[in-house]
Amino acid sequence: MSVDAATVRKIASLARIAMTEGDVDAMVPELNNILGWIEQLGEVDTAGVEPMASVIPGHQRLRADVVTDGDVRDKVLANAPQAEHGFFAVPKVIE
Amino acid sequence: MTATNLTDLGIAGIRDGFRAGTFSAREVADAFNAAVAGADALNAFIVKTPDHAIAAADAADKARADGADLGALAGVPLGIKDLFCTEGYQTTAASGMLGGFVPTYESTVTAKLFGAGAGMLGKLNLDQFAMGSSNETSAFGNVISPWRRNDSGNAPLAPGGSSGGSSAAVAARIAPGATGTDTGGSIRQPAAFTGISGIKPTYGRCSRWGTVAFASSLDQAGAMAHDVRDCAIMLEAMSGFDAKDSTSVELSVPNWEAALSADLKGKKVGIPKEYRVDGMPADIEALWQQGIAWMKDAGAEIVEVSLPHTKYALPTYYIIAPAEASSNLARYDGVRYGLRDLPDGANLQDMYAATRAAGFGAEVKRRIMIGTYVLSAGFYDAYYTKAQKVRALIARDFAQAWEKCDVLLTPTAPSAAFALGEKSADPLAMYLNDVFTVPSSLAGLPAMSVPGGLDPQGLPLGLQIIGKPFDEQGVLNASLAIEQRAGFAARPGKWW
Repeated sequence: MSVDAATVRKIASLARIAMTEGDVDAMVPELNNILGWIEQLGEVDTAGVEPMASVIPGHQRLRADVVTDGDVRDKVLANAPQAEHGFFAVPKVIE
Repeated sequence: MTATNLTDLGIAGIRDGFRAGTFSAREVADAFNAAVAGADALNAFIVKTPDHAIAAADAADKARADGADLGALAGVPLGIKDLFCTEGYQTTAASGMLGGFVPTYESTVTAKLFGAGAGMLGKLNLDQFAMGSSNETSAFGNVISPWRRNDSGNAPLAPGGSSGGSSAAVAARIAPGATGTDTGGSIRQPAAFTGISGIKPTYGRCSRWGTVAFASSLDQAGAMAHDVRDCAIMLEAMSGFDAKDSTSVELSVPNWEAALSADLKGKKVGIPKEYRVDGMPADIEALWQQGIAWMKDAGAEIVEVSLPHTKYALPTYYIIAPAEASSNLARYDGVRYGLRDLPDGANLQDMYAATRAAGFGAEVKRRIMIGTYVLSAGFYDAYYTKAQKVRALIARDFAQAWEKCDVLLTPTAPSAAFALGEKSADPLAMYLNDVFTVPSSLAGLPAMSVPGGLDPQGLPLGLQIIGKPFDEQGVLNASLAIEQRAGFAARPGKWW
């Protein structure tokens, strides 16, 4: 599989990264080079192999469903680029 | 002792001298702070924190004077990779995206180190978001290795990556030890490039809480220091169960330092035949053979083992790591922390895209793009699920090897340090630098690099020991056997 400029633009949009036409043109061969190299995994017979999501055997730990943290609004907001009235502020999303 | 002598000491030397009353912790902190201040040419630190080192030293001196219990690292100042969140001190992951970010919390690893009495000299430079093998992707400029080739050319060399600030600082003796993180080799490869020791423990030994995430199923913190003993001391202090990290393992931390032994009688050392890659330099092959001889000399039996899926580890890694990175780095959108780029009249979507375009460097964007592509509709199974299956086969190869041997011996990297700029134009050539470190990362295994010798250009070369899950002791002991026999004493000449 190889990607073209339209695909790169679509991926950039999914990844929420603004790209100029020049950025897109530069990215096309780079991604194709890397994806072409990755294609060699197709040689590996993985029939009947379970995908490995974690190297840690066993199951997910559970904890009691109780609040153990919180009430730190000012700490949470301390690094916000813009915070107002105790909230994160963003550009208007509803007209 | 003079300040120069103090900065020659490693972690054990400082700890023991401080306890014996040979010098004060304050003298140590002052000596290292001065060394850090005089080494700007290395660009190893993004932020210097002499106040933190001095406060910890004064607390250690007071505890000693009061006869109070001294922590395992009392009196020891450390460098902290700028991937660990440190409360009240800027943490950027070497990115523009997190420029000016000052965490309001402490990572578990640094909390443990500081709780053991260590102080912080500063935040160490790295490849941006830990993505790179050369320290050429930092938003704060390249780290320069303290080493130089013996050809009088003075070409600036890569300190390795991503923990390149850590490796440069320890090798230049401006920090006696430093934290690193290893996703695909980011502790071991820089340790090899700079002639120091570095250990990545079993996945789950060190909490990832408060560490800026790159690829969550792979990232693991570890120790970088002068020698094996110092790594054992530091790793002990960093490790342990943490309820705040769901992948942290509920196992007690052994006393690794106390059980150090270079006697390998009765141990079997595996030599994976697939690590003999095409075009491997003769120096690397010769060092590997020397390592085999050292293992035999330490009493070990050498066995050849096969890890048949080795050649697929790198392409597997470069699907899984970017996939996880694209997910982890989605949090940087200009809303809650870090950079915000809000062009005139921009809506929320425009703000996200502009912020991420401005805040991420080229390598980070490349990996996010690859990750987004392999996870996108229609390609998920062909790439991501396939890679997870191959990952299972790679882990199975190791499990089968453990039926025949106790540890594996390999080179750490396929070459000595390269010059800055030499590989940066070709992402694939750069990725191939991690060929020997990535497979054990995918399997979550403990692995360590120790210096084995010098190449003809006078640059350090490392040997890697890979161990069974949770057998850090076996890794440390085999590494100690190499260290004792290699007698590696070379140091970079001071030019900075």
